[in-house]
Amino acid sequence: MNLLLAMLVPERLVHLSAVDYAIIVFYFGLVIAIGWYLKGRANTGEDFFMAGREMTAWVAGLSFLSANLGALELMGWAGSAYQYGILATHWYWIGAIPAMLFLALVMMPFYYISKTHSVPGYLKLRFGESSRALSAVSFAFMTVLMSGVNMFAMAKVMQIVLGWPLSFSIWVSSLTVAVYVTLGGLRSAIFNEVLQFFLIWAGALLIPILGLYEAGGWGNLKLQIAHNFSAQYVHLWSGLNHFGANPMGIHWTGIVFGLGAVLSMGYWTTDFLVVQRILAAKDIRSAEMAPIIGAGFKMMVPFIVILPGLLGLAVLPVKLVPEPIAIATGGHTYNDVLPLMLARYCGPGLLGLGITALIAGFMSGMAGNVSAFTTVWTYDIYRPLINPRGSDHHYVNMGRWTTIIGVLISVGTAYLVMQFASIMDYVQALFSFFIAPLFGTVLLGMLWKRATGPGGFWGLLCGTLSSISMWGWVKADPSALRYVALSADAKALAQDMYQALWSFIVCVTVTVIVSLATQPKPDAELAGLVYGLTEVPSVGDVPIYKKPLFWAAFVVVVFVILNIIFW
Amino acid sequence: MISIWFFIGLSLLVNGALILAAGLYQLVNPPENATVVLFNLHANVWWGAILFVLGAFYCLYFRPKHS
Repeated sequence: MNLLLAMLVPERLVHLSAVDYAIIVFYFGLVIAIGWYLKGRANTGEDFFMAGREMTAWVAGLSFLSANLGALELMGWAGSAYQYGILATHWYWIGAIPAMLFLALVMMPFYYISKTHSVPGYLKLRFGESSRALSAVSFAFMTVLMSGVNMFAMAKVMQIVLGWPLSFSIWVSSLTVAVYVTLGGLRSAIFNEVLQFFLIWAGALLIPILGLYEAGGWGNLKLQIAHNFSAQYVHLWSGLNHFGANPMGIHWTGIVFGLGAVLSMGYWTTDFLVVQRILAAKDIRSAEMAPIIGAGFKMMVPFIVILPGLLGLAVLPVKLVPEPIAIATGGHTYNDVLPLMLARYCGPGLLGLGITALIAGFMSGMAGNVSAFTTVWTYDIYRPLINPRGSDHHYVNMGRWTTIIGVLISVGTAYLVMQFASIMDYVQALFSFFIAPLFGTVLLGMLWKRATGPGGFWGLLCGTLSSISMWGWVKADPSALRYVALSADAKALAQDMYQALWSFIVCVTVTVIVSLATQPKPDAELAGLVYGLTEVPSVGDVPIYKKPLFWAAFVVVVFVILNIIFW
Repeated sequence: MISIWFFIGLSLLVNGALILAAGLYQLVNPPENATVVLFNLHANVWWGAILFVLGAFYCLYFRPKHS
């Protein structure tokens, strides 16, 4: 099978020199060394699963951002920028910044003072065991499958870009991740995520700098794109007043309400993969500052992701095409734009650094999935449902074994995807089903004291089922898209936005109705969990430039200015 | 405990040194058919130097200290 796949693959995109290999080998050596060094600091549950809750705002914030800044994300959104133009930036700005600030200023205090180990753990405290079990089982199952899907995707990219065999990439990366997470736990994963953040910037920043130099500046780039494709490729908002007036086939309501108000809120505030990094912060001020620091850097990421995609529209001598056409014609897909730009500008050494940045992105994403899976399995499934009386040492050992088993399941999933490629689409779709309804459940839990345990459980269940039903409906009858996404012109990304919006509304509606029909918890039991019944701790008597609110306001101002500039 | 920033510095220092060395080699021995666009800017020389200096600063500033 591998041989067959290798024969089907076109000529590799880049050729590495000895110095490039030296940089890659050094990276692998460094991450193993970090894991080895940290192994002595992962002996208790708090150390292994929560990194001792001693991360500074900067470390937690960069790790929070890096957990989302995987190589699939980089290559995928650079490809989307080539396909849809600057509209892809919405996923970095309105699709991230408001949600990150909302997490910092509104939700983080509740997560932090409840001292929960996880998001399902908060649901247990607020709504009871059934809500926790539903979200923990679905999260653990989907996280480990997603890890396998990402692993396969990484191996596929390495095969296309470098000509490496699939099994080589899968086993080398998974064993490395297994070693450093098993040794150092969450602290090791966080350290490597911060390292990855620097490698990505060091490896990718040259592409937009040299690209803009070649294109003759931003003004000339816009003119070339308008001449070669359409002027709408360089406008964020002006083409969103009609579904057919922009390359994505989306209306501004989908971007603002589906993406900005629901999907991104769900992802950035309830996906435990990213929230876990903030829970490791050393105090409440660091926990609030970390997402704000992440938001500041998130606003800059389009410079190394979206801009290379736009530059590809202007400077690449070949036209990139959708994957089915690329396979049929032997051409390059949209997702090849970042490696192609890397190969265009980067000589020996720089190429190795760029490839290392991609590998680091893949591996830290895998480590993030595995460490989140390990925590949720141990604290939200194994301890409450299987063995409630184990010692702390026992749970740490369980965490180490779960890390290894989680990696092996991921490897198995990767091989399964290798045999049945369509599984990849299903797993990615399944994961998104849980995000929007979970946000509805957690939000009502934090802000509305009348929400009850049965309300939370049934709202979460019905919201998730409604999302799955809409997806299945469109799969069985593509014409249903005009109902789900409000337009027959809508593309896949637009469908995701509206699907999230409807499932959130279903979740909130069911939660409210069931809650009003059931007995509420006494106020005393909700202290520390619900707004209005909780004394939110102060960040302390610090100067204004150290206050989270000050920096959040600064981020908002920059966010507004950027949206106006690229309107 | 060794700071995370020391590890970051070490990574930038070593990578910067390798990239700078590769760039200087190409500066002295330019390839006959350079496939890289804007090769004349010698990006690996100045980018390698920037990473090297930044890495050296981090390594020195956050070096492990005996208590």
